[in-house]
Amino acid sequence: MKSTRWLGLAALAASVQFLSAADITGKVTLKGTPPPEKELPVADGFCGPGSIAKTFKGRVYRTASDGGLADVVVYLKEAPAGGAAKTQPVTLDQKGCQYEPYVFAVQVNEPIVVKNSDPVLHNVHTRPTVAGNKEQNLAQMPGSKDLEFKFPAAEQFMRIECNVHPYMVSYLSVFDNPYFAVTDKDGNFTIKNVPKGSYTVEVAHRRAGKAEQKVTVGDANATANFTLDVPK
Amino acid sequence: MRRSTDNPWLAKFAAFTALATLCLIGVGGLVTSKGVGMSVPDWPTTYGYNMFLFPISKWVGGIREEHTHRLFASWVGMLTTILAVWLSIKEERRWLRWLGVAAFFGVVLQGVLGGLRVVLKMDNLGIPHAGLAQAFLCLLVAISLFLSRWWQRRVETPDYLSQTAQRLKPLFILTTVLIFTQLMIGATMRHQHAGLAVPDFPLAYGKIWPDTDPVSIQRYNTLRIDDGQFNPITAAQIYLHMSHRTMAFVVLAFVAACWLRIRRTCRNCGITRLTAWWLGLILLQAGLGVVTVLKNKPADIATAHVVVGAASLALGTLISIMLARLAQHRTVSPMPIADRKPAFAESRG
Repeated sequence: MKSTRWLGLAALAASVQFLSAADITGKVTLKGTPPPEKELPVADGFCGPGSIAKTFKGRVYRTASDGGLADVVVYLKEAPAGGAAKTQPVTLDQKGCQYEPYVFAVQVNEPIVVKNSDPVLHNVHTRPTVAGNKEQNLAQMPGSKDLEFKFPAAEQFMRIECNVHPYMVSYLSVFDNPYFAVTDKDGNFTIKNVPKGSYTVEVAHRRAGKAEQKVTVGDANATANFTLDVPK
Repeated sequence: MRRSTDNPWLAKFAAFTALATLCLIGVGGLVTSKGVGMSVPDWPTTYGYNMFLFPISKWVGGIREEHTHRLFASWVGMLTTILAVWLSIKEERRWLRWLGVAAFFGVVLQGVLGGLRVVLKMDNLGIPHAGLAQAFLCLLVAISLFLSRWWQRRVETPDYLSQTAQRLKPLFILTTVLIFTQLMIGATMRHQHAGLAVPDFPLAYGKIWPDTDPVSIQRYNTLRIDDGQFNPITAAQIYLHMSHRTMAFVVLAFVAACWLRIRRTCRNCGITRLTAWWLGLILLQAGLGVVTVLKNKPADIATAHVVVGAASLALGTLISIMLARLAQHRTVSPMPIADRKPAFAESRG
């Protein structure tokens, strides 16, 4: 009986942490005019027989009309301990011979399910640079079962590529805590359920670099907006 | 069956196998130029199929190059096997029969290296794979020469030519070794899979020698708008690239020296003409290298650069061995006078 009571108290204490959590929302904007995207070589038949070979451009800088910058990874520099681990699988799809999403993030050991929605085969080749994350290169025929990957070590902008289509590339960031997000096409982000406290929020883009800001999370959601400059 | 040293069809077959190997180096070079070396994740199967039964409808994108490379390599392997067996049956010279055996094991090792590079996902294995390809080509060129009529023909070599060959042999051999070194630097560069480490020419990041401090390296990577499958540039890769540029000048100077020296002795000799072709190949190679940089490494130009490099090495090997033969200063043989033809000594000119 006594042990049950202590267990209940512990569960309550844990849930109180989340009752006193809030979100950090914000927007990342790009300042300056980015260089034109490179045209990438597209194989004959683009994505299988009968498909149209069209020009394909890189996706290094994807900005909205107001300068909102997509594909920016946002995270807490010194994340608090605990927090519910993310276990819901994240889907990486191969569609029109492109990876979607282009930039995404997961927690360590969070499952990544890779689908092949194309009529052609792909190979899914992960290229980690951090020890502990395994390089893999797996074939995926059209209509075949999904592949699953997990990465046990934190890493930023790990490249995932299909070598059948050399312009197909995606970038994955792995975090050892659940407090991260990736900006959407308008540059907006939300980091959910951050416990009360003061934190340093950092944003990172593959080419536009990094920026950080001190943020205090109280009872209400906190806001942090960032501006990154086009490198000169 | 009686062995002999006069096997003209065997000689032609050896030359054909050498030519096929040069083409294979081109096909393999295209795989690396397009960055599709890992487009077939398994070996020796192809996406689970027997390699020879992989449906043509599935030869899409990079698979087309990689799978073609594997099939072509199998064909060269078969040609080499036939050559080795043919040599063992028909060739009288034991040392040449052993060279055929060496070629067989060379091509087997080359196939295994290529397969392991894929299966173990080790990019760096591409470097010995490229190096062995060049050495294998030189071996086949040598075998072809040893089987040729030119090598068989025992003719009078004039003293002046024999002495010239003896004197220049070390220079030609050294130059050929320098070309091989340059090819290995190039192979090491290509298998970094970092794209162009230095994107401009004749300067390098706007300077004669680029900055390679960490801040500069970060700036180079940040400004890069390559969204392909490239590794970030490092200082080591820039050093490699600049070494390759520097070595190109060294090789050009040495080959030019070879041509000037031999031309002084015998302006119209066959071997002088061969050396002129050698110089022409090196000049073409330099031009292809410049265009590769200026056009941001297009796959077709970069691959042509690989093939011409291999051809330059093969020609250097051929000329060096021919000089060694001429330096032996053989006297007149029992061959009838009417059939005699002085070896590349039409005129001293």
